[in-house]
Amino acid sequence: MAQTTLPPRKADQLEGQAATAELEKSAERAASRRGMFMAAPGFVYLFLFFALPLLIVFVYSFANRSPTGRTILANWNLDSYQRLLDPFVVQIAWRSFVLAAGATAICLLVGYPFAYFIATRSPKVRAALLVLVMIPFWSNFLVRTYAWRMLLGSGGPVSQVTEFLGLGETRLLFTTTAVMIGLVYGYLPFMILPLYASIERVDFSLVEASRDLYASGWQAFRRVTWPLTRPGVVAGSILVFIPSFGAYVTPEILGGSRTTMLGSYIVRQFLQARDWPFGSSLSFVIMLAMLGAAFVYFRVGGKTL
Amino acid sequence: MSQTAAQPASTTPAVELVGIVKRFDEVTAVDDVNLAIADGEFFSLLGPSGCGKTTTLRMIAGLEFPTEGSIRLHGHEMALRPPNKRPVNTVFQSYALFPHMSVAQNVAFGLQMQKVAKSELDDRVAESLKLVQLTGMEKRKPKQLSGGQQQRVALARALVNHPQVLLLDEPLGALDLKLRKAMQLELKELQQRVGITFVYVTHDQEEALTMSDRIGVMSEGKLLQVGTPEEIYEQPRTRMVADFIGETNFLPATHAGTGRVRLVNGEEIDAPIDGVAGQELTLTVRPEKMAVVATEVPPDPGVNAIEGIVHRRVYLGNALTYEVDVAGDVRLHVRHENAPGQQRFDTGDRVRVCWDPSATAVLEA
Repeated sequence: MAQTTLPPRKADQLEGQAATAELEKSAERAASRRGMFMAAPGFVYLFLFFALPLLIVFVYSFANRSPTGRTILANWNLDSYQRLLDPFVVQIAWRSFVLAAGATAICLLVGYPFAYFIATRSPKVRAALLVLVMIPFWSNFLVRTYAWRMLLGSGGPVSQVTEFLGLGETRLLFTTTAVMIGLVYGYLPFMILPLYASIERVDFSLVEASRDLYASGWQAFRRVTWPLTRPGVVAGSILVFIPSFGAYVTPEILGGSRTTMLGSYIVRQFLQARDWPFGSSLSFVIMLAMLGAAFVYFRVGGKTL
Repeated sequence: MSQTAAQPASTTPAVELVGIVKRFDEVTAVDDVNLAIADGEFFSLLGPSGCGKTTTLRMIAGLEFPTEGSIRLHGHEMALRPPNKRPVNTVFQSYALFPHMSVAQNVAFGLQMQKVAKSELDDRVAESLKLVQLTGMEKRKPKQLSGGQQQRVALARALVNHPQVLLLDEPLGALDLKLRKAMQLELKELQQRVGITFVYVTHDQEEALTMSDRIGVMSEGKLLQVGTPEEIYEQPRTRMVADFIGETNFLPATHAGTGRVRLVNGEEIDAPIDGVAGQELTLTVRPEKMAVVATEVPPDPGVNAIEGIVHRRVYLGNALTYEVDVAGDVRLHVRHENAPGQQRFDTGDRVRVCWDPSATAVLEA
């Protein structure tokens, strides 16, 4: 590598060149060794606690379940992959997709104007608003989700308000709506923060330039602000969609039996059904699907800049 | 350069500012500016940074609305109209080219917004790019262009719309000196070719002098003086204008009857002045209009000559500057072209500083 990047030299300097190349090469090797040494703890950690378990999941997905629920690591087969096409599983996957996509869309719709608002404030106000966005992270997600259970439950504040207004009791808890509310609530900051980062970077003289070139306010947004902030939209959408798609806590606590999402279904395979091969194949395929979707999305979204 | 862009009284001005005031919270950025710019004129707003020149330009563009006053373009009131409804276009300081669009898309933007038909749009984009010599660069992104090329795209993007007035906010500020000089002449030529009124904001006095038909000098939100480059340079009305445009000398003096002024040390000299005797004045004379002469040489009649002592001589290559202490504590700068066979003076030499009284400008303050 080092040798090829050297500029061509005169013939009488060939010897010197070889020596220089040798030196350069060894320096490069030393730098690479140092880099490796620094990164080693990270590599080891990721290998032990990420790559290896993933490999185990992958291997288990081809294994058998004994009638008593034990996993037999023999007679490798594709049964658990075939079961993924079971209408019941497809239905849960579809529901998860719809809920995750809906939550992402709502987060984007709510988050974009808000992120825009933050990004266009004075630095002081900006910092305060960003802290407010992040405050929920300082308390436990489980606790916050239980709080929603109180809020949405029968006789809870939401219901009391609607009753007071003469709209009757609301039955939100254990519905799809409740899960949606929970997902949006939980992941909205993940949408706002990357959006804020990309909006804040926009050179507003570009917006002024478009206005000067006869664009209306809406056209300026459509043609300039939106394309320039697309990387933030892509990042935010991925950060909301992926955890929503595999959500476990939110549908478990706020949803009912008819709002089961993939996360809960996988947990059920491992803990209740004791069908580890099926749980493994589910996990693995979802991960691959997410990876593929994220890749395509980044490619499409990233192209604009 | 000496041509005066006369303002024909019969036609309405292309741009007219009447009593324009702009306040940002407590700060008055632009303070009661009145100005009329003729159709086809190359007008520069000149002043130090923060003097309100850019704010004035932005108000003409509609990117800022005046707190008070009226803005008329060819007689039509525009003060509160949004920028997209004004027949003006702007070349921004940092060009503000859309980074996600190609050169051709950037130039086509304004026409698309105006819903110009595709065939006409293509023609006009091509024509505009040809005007700024960027044919063949259509597909490039702004990032792939040099600073000078980006500047041309910004120009083409504005001119393609055939605006009534083109506003330019320090368009050459980001270019290096050599390119800037070349672009100055090119811009001036372009302006004459397309015949569009240019309002040009700059803090570079040389740029303003070279390119403009008329210059308006601004300071602290006020328009101090409007005139041709020659008027501004030769006959500044205030100390600020004299000081900002080029180098100059200031001599405090007292009015001593028509055509005469008294210096601080009691010496009387000629100056183009009438009015009330006894008034405190400041005279200003450009360094290149003065000469240092040996005391043995008798001064020409009708020329001001005051004695002084050379403080030092500065060698500039193409010229020499003498700093001469005269009339008590005044230090004059005198510039000599570096011509052959000139007598040189050294620190401590007694000399005479001479100048023609007509080269004197008398300042209000």
